Order: sequence, then C-alpha cells, then structure tokens
Amino acid sequence: MVDASTANSDENVADAFLQGGTSLRNAAGPYFGSYGGRWMPESLIAALDEVEDTFEKAKADPEFLAQLKDLNKNYSGRPSLLTEAKRFSEHAGGARIFLKREDLNHTGSHKINNVLGQALLAKRMGKTRVIAETGAGQHGVASATAAALLGLECVVYMGAEDCRRQALNVARMQLLGATVVPVTNGSQTLKDAINDALRDWVSNVDNTHYLLGTAAGAHPFPAMVRFFHEVIGEEARAQILEQTGKLPDAVCACIGGGSNAIGIFHSFLDDASVKIYGFEAGGEGVETGRHAAAITLGRPGVLHGARSYLMQDEDGQTIESHSISAGLDYPSVGPEHSYLADIGRVTYEPITDTEAMEAFRLLCRTEGIIPAIESSHALAGAIKVGKQLTEGKENPADTIIIVNLSGRGDKDVETAAEWFDMLDENGNVKGTTLSTRKPKGTSERSNLEISTEEANGGRN
Amino acid sequence: MTEQMSSKSAAAIDRAKAQGRAALIGYLPAGYPDIQSSIDAGIAMARNGADLIEIGIPYSDPVMDGSVIQAATTEAIANGFHVASVFDVVAGITAATDAAVLVMTYWNPVMRMGVDEFSRRLAEAGGAGLITPDLIPDEAAEWFAASDKYGLDRVFLVAPSSTPERLAMTVEASRGFVYAVSIMGVTGARQSVSSAAEKVVADTHAAGAERVCVGLGVSTADHVREIAAYADGVIVGTALVAAIRDGGVDAVAQLTKNLSAGLGRATAQA
Repeated sequence: MVDASTANSDENVADAFLQGGTSLRNAAGPYFGSYGGRWMPESLIAALDEVEDTFEKAKADPEFLAQLKDLNKNYSGRPSLLTEAKRFSEHAGGARIFLKREDLNHTGSHKINNVLGQALLAKRMGKTRVIAETGAGQHGVASATAAALLGLECVVYMGAEDCRRQALNVARMQLLGATVVPVTNGSQTLKDAINDALRDWVSNVDNTHYLLGTAAGAHPFPAMVRFFHEVIGEEARAQILEQTGKLPDAVCACIGGGSNAIGIFHSFLDDASVKIYGFEAGGEGVETGRHAAAITLGRPGVLHGARSYLMQDEDGQTIESHSISAGLDYPSVGPEHSYLADIGRVTYEPITDTEAMEAFRLLCRTEGIIPAIESSHALAGAIKVGKQLTEGKENPADTIIIVNLSGRGDKDVETAAEWFDMLDENGNVKGTTLSTRKPKGTSERSNLEISTEEANGGRN
Repeated sequence: MTEQMSSKSAAAIDRAKAQGRAALIGYLPAGYPDIQSSIDAGIAMARNGADLIEIGIPYSDPVMDGSVIQAATTEAIANGFHVASVFDVVAGITAATDAAVLVMTYWNPVMRMGVDEFSRRLAEAGGAGLITPDLIPDEAAEWFAASDKYGLDRVFLVAPSSTPERLAMTVEASRGFVYAVSIMGVTGARQSVSSAAEKVVADTHAAGAERVCVGLGVSTADHVREIAAYADGVIVGTALVAAIRDGGVDAVAQLTKNLSAGLGRATAQA
C-alpha cells in the first residue's frame, strides 16, 4: 500500500537524516510516515482525544514530571544499571556487550515505566478503573502493581493459552488485587486479549482508562508509550558515555509491539554512527510460517487502531503468530518501527526460538543472569551483530554493543526447563521429585479453571 | 451530507419515509453458515419487510462485535469464507429484490484487496455502499475517492461520545445515511434501548444529517417501535444472527416480519 510518492518521501527523510538535517527523535504522531493514525471506532475517538490532551498537558507540567521521576527512582529503582557482560561477550566475536538492566526494575521488566506514567494520567482524568492486555504477563503484573499503588481497580485480559504458559504471573496479578480474565477467542493470545480489552473500553469508557502496554495502537498510544520508555535510552546513552567514553557501535532490542525497543532506540536515533537493530520473534523459522516476524514478512495493514506491518493473509485476515515467548507473540508491531524499517534507520531481523533459547542459556551460564525469553531474542541478535561488526578487526573490543535486557526470566523457568528437556514425564525436574507444576494433563485444565472462577468472582 | 450523486441507501430510506414509516435494516454476516444461506436469508429479509440489507464481512479481529456475531463470523471463516464471496452475496440479493444492499466491514480486508478494486467490484455486484465500523472520516481519503468514483454510499458511525465538531464532520463525510450507535458498547441484544440513542439522533439531525439510522442492541419489535418514533431507520443485527443460527432462513424471515411490525405497518410482500 505504500505508493511511490510515500516511498520517495521516506527516502528523502533517510537522506536528510544521513546528512544530519532531520531529527528522527520525538516524532509526535499521529503518523510516522504513512504508518500510525487512528483506525478506530468513532465511539472511542473522544476517549483517545481525552488521553492525548491529558498526556500533552502532563508532559508540559513540571509537577507531573517530578511525580513520575520520583516514582521511577524511589519505587521502580531507576536508573537501571548498565552491566558489561564480559564472559558473554567472548561469544560475540569479542565485541564488548553491555546490558541495560531493565530486568532489575520493580516487577522485573521495562513495563513498569509505561504503567506508572499511564496510571498517573488515569488519575488525572478522574478514572477509577484501568484495564490492560497482557501476553507474557509482564505488562499485566506491572499494571496490577501500578493500580494497587495508586488505588485503581484493575482488570487484565490475557489469552487463555498465555494464562497456561504464564500461570505464575496470573497468580501474581491476582495477589496484587487485579482480576484476570482469560480470553478464549481466536488464537487465545495477545491480539485477542487486546480485542477484548477494546470491547471493555468502549463499554466502560466513562470510568476506565485502557492502559495499553506497548507502543502500538491508535494515536496517542505509540508516541505516549514511547515517551514513558525514553528514560531507558537516556540513561543508557549517559551510562555508556561514562563507562567507555564513547557512543556504542550498535544498540539491540527485541520487538513484539516494540515498546522496550523504541524506548532505548529513541536516544540513539539521531546518532548516525550508531547502528540500531530490532529482533523479531522468528518462532520455528520464518520459512515455516510459524513465527511473529511482522516487519520481516508482513505487509502494511491496520490492526488495533494503527496502520503498520501486519501478518495477514490474502483476505486481510490476521494470521496467528507463534513464538516461544508470549511477550513477542503479536502479529503486528508499533507503527514507528514500521517507519524506521522503511527508511532504513533500524534493521529488523528475525531470531528463531532455538537461537533465543541458546542465548538464554548462554547468559545464564556466563553472567549469572536469567533473562526473559523476550530479551533473549535481543541477546541472540547481539551475538550475530557482534560477530559481524568485529569481523577482520584487530581490536574487536573496540566494538561496543548495548543490549536492552528488557526483563528477567523468572517467569520463563518452566518453559526453559521444558525446552532444555530438564523435566521427566511427570513434570518433575529429572532425577528429583521437585515439580515445576502438577503432572501433565491435570495442571493445564485446573490452572485455567481456577483463574476463570476467580476472574468471574472478582467481576460479579 | 454529500448528496450530489444518487444514493441507493437514501432512496430506500426515502421510500419508507414516503410510506410514513422508518426503514428497517437487517444485518447478517456473509458465509454464515454458508454463502447460499446468506443469499437466501438476505432475500428473506427483503421480502419480509427489510428495506436495506447489511452484509457483514467476517473478520479475524472484530472489536465492535459481541459474542453472538463473533461466534458466527469465526465459524464463517472456519468454513472457508473468502472476502471476494461477499460480492456474490450482494449480487445474489440485489438480483432478487429491490432492497439496497450495503456491506459492513472492518477496514483491513478492504485495504488488503485495494480500496479501489474492492469498490469497483462492490459497485459491479450492485452494492449500495459500505458501513465502516473502524474507519473514521479522518483516515478515509482513499475511500472518499473510490466511493465517489463508483457511486457508493459512505456510512460512517456516530456515537453518544461524539463531540459536536466530530458529528458535523462525520455528517459532512457521509452519504446515504449516518449510523448512530445507540450505546457505548459492542453489538449484542440488550433488554432496553439506551436513552442516549434519541439524543444522538437529534444531535446528528441538528448537525445536518437528513437520514440517521440507529443500531446496536436493537432486537425486538418494541425496540423498533421506540426507535422508529425518532430515527429514519432501525438496524437489527445480533437478533437476526441468532435467528439464522437457531432456525435458519425461515427463522430470519419470521423475525424480520415481527420486527417490521414495529415500524407501524403490515409487511407488504409477505
């Protein structure tokens, strides 16, 4: 759908950028090139306008910014560390790899940055209830956390398949006082959770804010979610300058909807010397059709309010995505990423489940850090980039790469134990009677039934 | 409202108006349970009192639809529905009846086929135009061009939450009629019609719309009667989908006849 005139203007932007004439930072939306916009029911436009207006005013309000900064520092634990991964680096051609430790934030991922910002906005709008979608559960947990902190009611929509994959996070959200609603429509994953959250929002918009968890969706969400995550890149840029005295050669992040990525990319977009890479979920391999590589293999379309790259069939029906990582299991991507892909500023590549899990294990064993499987896609990508950038170089350690370690992997231990064949047929860790879950065949059902009942109980 | 070219939807509503009543608009998804049933059911609606027929394109992510329509459209896709079949349904109904036949569709399937190509084929099939639940005029530049080129109606939605500025803009952008959403919510039968509906219709008329039809949550002849008192047309969806699900084409015919009784006259062709 990108016509010739758009393509030309995108090229012009890229040229202008390379000549230092155009800033790619702070794109305000609603459009990023031909992407973004508001492909939404009229019923929700007034609510989107209210969010936009509240956000724009808050952004310019020193009191709001001070409140957010205080929460980031004294609640989330910011700034997050920038840790050099020396032993891991040996596997990346000898390039020096630094990890931006979003896994150390309260709740264990970057998601807290956005939810604190949006929950404060919800309070400003006088809303008493927030709803959220979640894939891996990280955004759901973060939303439940912010809601508890600020005294808001919280309902989280989560695909039934994801509830099974991330049962621990379901319990976590419930402990925090949130109601978790398992979504049984469609593929029962993130996209269907967003559909149900949108249906809830249109029905309860008077008292409810939709706390969207990624830099996708209708305007102002892509620009707003990016704004709340820009702190990642700002810190990383200052930290790498302090620790190495120079800018990195490359920045790597994983991409589902793309919020952690746009957050760290933002500060480096205008540094022409910094190569930027986004790693999508290649699932079982892009050639198998079972993947979530929207930019690599999708084509522009509209889903959930934004025009962006989208996995769709010849009829425009959304194709179900597949990834070992629930958090990347989304068939589209934030519109700013589509734009950055088209103009060539960011390189987007798929990483398979296997590559991600190898990087997962490598980081565990070389650095003593268990990463989220989502973030492991960025780690696997960084290994490739490191080898590429150091090839034929006399001093590979001159090459510096920052990886956004967007979350910790505690939630993924069961998936990893299965992947690495650490469990016997009863789900016990081999050679022990230690169970990561109940025996197969009973646990999946009963977990879901419990969460369904509790969700309904919380609702009634 | 853009009225420089003839509108099949407007003509159908005006025919009802000339009979001193509101128009009845019946919705069913294409391909549920199969293509031939959709054609037969559309014809049955037209012969039992529906003035306009709204044929939905089953879509993977129908965010404005409640559980009944979701279940039907999911089944249609599982049964092998393809978007191009909607033109066969439209052509089948227009060949057999005088009803204006609109297509209700989420936007991505239209984008995927190409807005111009989709519009050309819809016009060839005798379709009246499109109802677009997730396309607002702000994003509709391509659709403006194509609908003008092929003489199709552009039915945009207004809601209780629409501001006066957006009402005026949407009325200006629409052709045929304006679809007033009766309630803040998704499709699905409800006990009573929201009191918000009458105000939305009045505000939309005041913003310059000649024809305003009300949908969402309308399922009984009493609802139809209530809305017909202030709107130019009444749109029924979920109840008809439940009827075809439970009783097939005959049930659709019977329900349409019952609903049209709410318009204040006996059905002419039944």
